[in-house]
Amino acid sequence: MPGLTVVFTEWVSKNPPYGLSIYTPEYYQHVLTSVQRVAIAFGLATLLGVPFGLLLGWSRKFKDFVFPVFEILRPIPALAWVPLAILMFKGTESPVIFITFLPAFFATTLNTMLGVHSIDESYIRAAYCLGAKRAQIFRHVVLPGALPFIFTGLQISMGVGWFSLVAGEMISGEYGLGYVIYSGYTLVSYPVIAIGMITLGLVGWISSALVRIVGTSLMQWRVRSLGLGDGS
Amino acid sequence: MSATPLHKKVATRGHLKIQDAHKVYDPEGAAVLAVDNCSLEIQPGEICMIVGPSGCGKTTLLNAIAGFHSLTSGTIHLDGEMLCGPGKPKAEPGADRIVVFQNGALFPWKTNLENVAFGPIMQGTMSPQEAREKARAIMADAGLSGMENNYPGEISSGVRRRVEIVRALMNDPKVLLLDEPYRALDSLTKSVMHEALLEIYYRNQVTIFFITHDLEEAIFLGHRVVIMTTRPCKPKKILTVDIPHPRDYSVLTSPRFRELMDETMEAVHEEAVKAFAAGEREG
Amino acid sequence: MRLAEEMKKRLFDPTRLRAIFAIVVFVVLWELGSRSKDWFGYAAPWISVIPAPDAVIVVWWGLLGDAGYWQSGYLSLLRVLSGFGAALLIGVPLGLLMALSRNFYGIVFPTFEVLRPIPPLAWVPAAIIFWPTQELSIAFITFLGAFYTIVINTVDGAKSIDPRYFEAARAMGSSGWDVFRRIILPGTLPSITLGAAVGMGIVWEVVVAAEMISGGGSSMGGAGASGAGGGLGFFIWNSYTGGSYEQIVVGMLSIGIAGYLSSGGLRMLGEWITPWLRVR
Repeated sequence: MPGLTVVFTEWVSKNPPYGLSIYTPEYYQHVLTSVQRVAIAFGLATLLGVPFGLLLGWSRKFKDFVFPVFEILRPIPALAWVPLAILMFKGTESPVIFITFLPAFFATTLNTMLGVHSIDESYIRAAYCLGAKRAQIFRHVVLPGALPFIFTGLQISMGVGWFSLVAGEMISGEYGLGYVIYSGYTLVSYPVIAIGMITLGLVGWISSALVRIVGTSLMQWRVRSLGLGDGS
Repeated sequence: MSATPLHKKVATRGHLKIQDAHKVYDPEGAAVLAVDNCSLEIQPGEICMIVGPSGCGKTTLLNAIAGFHSLTSGTIHLDGEMLCGPGKPKAEPGADRIVVFQNGALFPWKTNLENVAFGPIMQGTMSPQEAREKARAIMADAGLSGMENNYPGEISSGVRRRVEIVRALMNDPKVLLLDEPYRALDSLTKSVMHEALLEIYYRNQVTIFFITHDLEEAIFLGHRVVIMTTRPCKPKKILTVDIPHPRDYSVLTSPRFRELMDETMEAVHEEAVKAFAAGEREG
Repeated sequence: MRLAEEMKKRLFDPTRLRAIFAIVVFVVLWELGSRSKDWFGYAAPWISVIPAPDAVIVVWWGLLGDAGYWQSGYLSLLRVLSGFGAALLIGVPLGLLMALSRNFYGIVFPTFEVLRPIPPLAWVPAAIIFWPTQELSIAFITFLGAFYTIVINTVDGAKSIDPRYFEAARAMGSSGWDVFRRIILPGTLPSITLGAAVGMGIVWEVVVAAEMISGGGSSMGGAGASGAGGGLGFFIWNSYTGGSYEQIVVGMLSIGIAGYLSSGGLRMLGEWITPWLRVR
């Protein structure tokens, strides 16, 4: 493996010997492509997974009818879908996004459902007592009550999203950080591999931090309640 | 049996009548009789304390009144209106009977003010603006000013219980159903809570159905104390507390209070031993 | 009598009936979708390219007598178990050390946090360069997949032990080893089991991906053309390049079943070693 200094000088070089540094536009194109793919997949997974998970948690009947199929498909690793994804979606872009979306969707849905289950029955009963209707309870009790779990799910979703994206980009793709790492290997430009990995770690970390920040700002009550009061 | 005359104004609503209540649970085929042939009448504006060992079925009764669970047979009337009975095993939960839960059920994601204003907004009886104004006023009355914008997690559990009772009273209920609300509190906080509850009660004269297994609490607060048998649950002894309201903590040291304690202690202890022998778990 | 009633109740439990109904509907829809072009002259989007369930079953039945198929499964399982085992053997002691020694934590944790966001599969080329054989590089990546989760869960678990237990143990005259053996280890076991279960899921993902990348990639070769040497991930990839789409689905379902069984086995093992968590 290349030494850190070699990697670093390549990374910040204006004229990189292996062709990839913060001064080359390709670098940003790769980063942007990966970020875009994750953003689309993560967005879709959230948009579909959260309502789906809420429904699974809220309606016993819906869960009975739908969850078994969900549980059959869930143990199949996302990467095992690669060939089918290539067959189902033409082009190179959609299969990679599908592979990224799939595990993110499972993580989001499952955690959202668990979030609804985690809500103390007393809150729902209290809301009924206070004259709330089912729809109002959904909006004022179930949704905010499940939010901590939903955000745990989104954190996981972001993690597994990047995980699958890299593999997807390595198997098929012309752009993206996974591709950078893989082509660095095939072209024997080892510093590029390291640059790809470090960048990936950085971007992955930033995206998780973003999810966390949004979570904290939406759940001020949790931030303010922690450590205060006497907890009983 | 008639309740002790109430002081000040006379309450006219909140007459609760339970007749021949039966409840059989059927978890996995093993029929458990939780409530058996239980009849009880509670007068408007009465504080009725229900005492019994853990797991005796008191909460089952409360759940039936609140409308969380059905009764196997029997009827419950509130002010002449049938809540549940033949053909309608489960009452409809509503804002005329509000439960204050054992572990507290203020929504942690809403501020105290939003919690108190919640009922009328949901029922559509007030605009959110009106509800918040009234909530602010009623919280001030109960000495809870200054914590409107705090979340329940930011205040002590004693204050949380008070906010929860205020949240209930905001809806002008006929009956308050309290399920061991002060169980988790230490005895000093408890005494403060008791006086605060009585103060609120003297102002509102709402009927109170109060479950506890603290005998001192029961005699201090109640017009009557109903001692329940261990499972299946039905009244074993009903004690009328003839200490006049308004009461304060000096009552606790009065000879009459000690006499009443002695009078009921034996009955309660007997049931507790039975429950213990039957291996009832806390809950 | 009681037993018969119990059986009847279980058999006709609405949740169970609904589950069966759901799965039947799913398979029927899949069949209709796959055959939509032949049967209705209209190719349903996406699903029409997926082979129909009955065709998959026929192919699967044939493969059950095929030694290469079993060999693939065996290889993948071996990789999963070795990577997972290594992660457990290294991750648990490391996690315990991190939880027990403030200094060690201070040194190791920052490095750990810097490396953690890098997805395990990004290590594939680096691993291939670093490790002498391909088998070792796959094992390394597999190890990484479970490693982080196991360490983090071990640290959290050990740190969440109520300090009063230690005081009580010391008051009763326990030695350091006793405290470790009787309090720290059992106190951490539940979260280790949890971390292991999550790690097991990741490990299967990683093995499949690594097998696909290393076997199916252009220059990494190494696996036999029959697919027998590459594990289930390569089996899938090989089926794809060979055009036998039914085999792809067989491979996917096989991995799903294997993953499900290994998680289930792990869960049972976890329940067995933490009997005090069993609820009445």
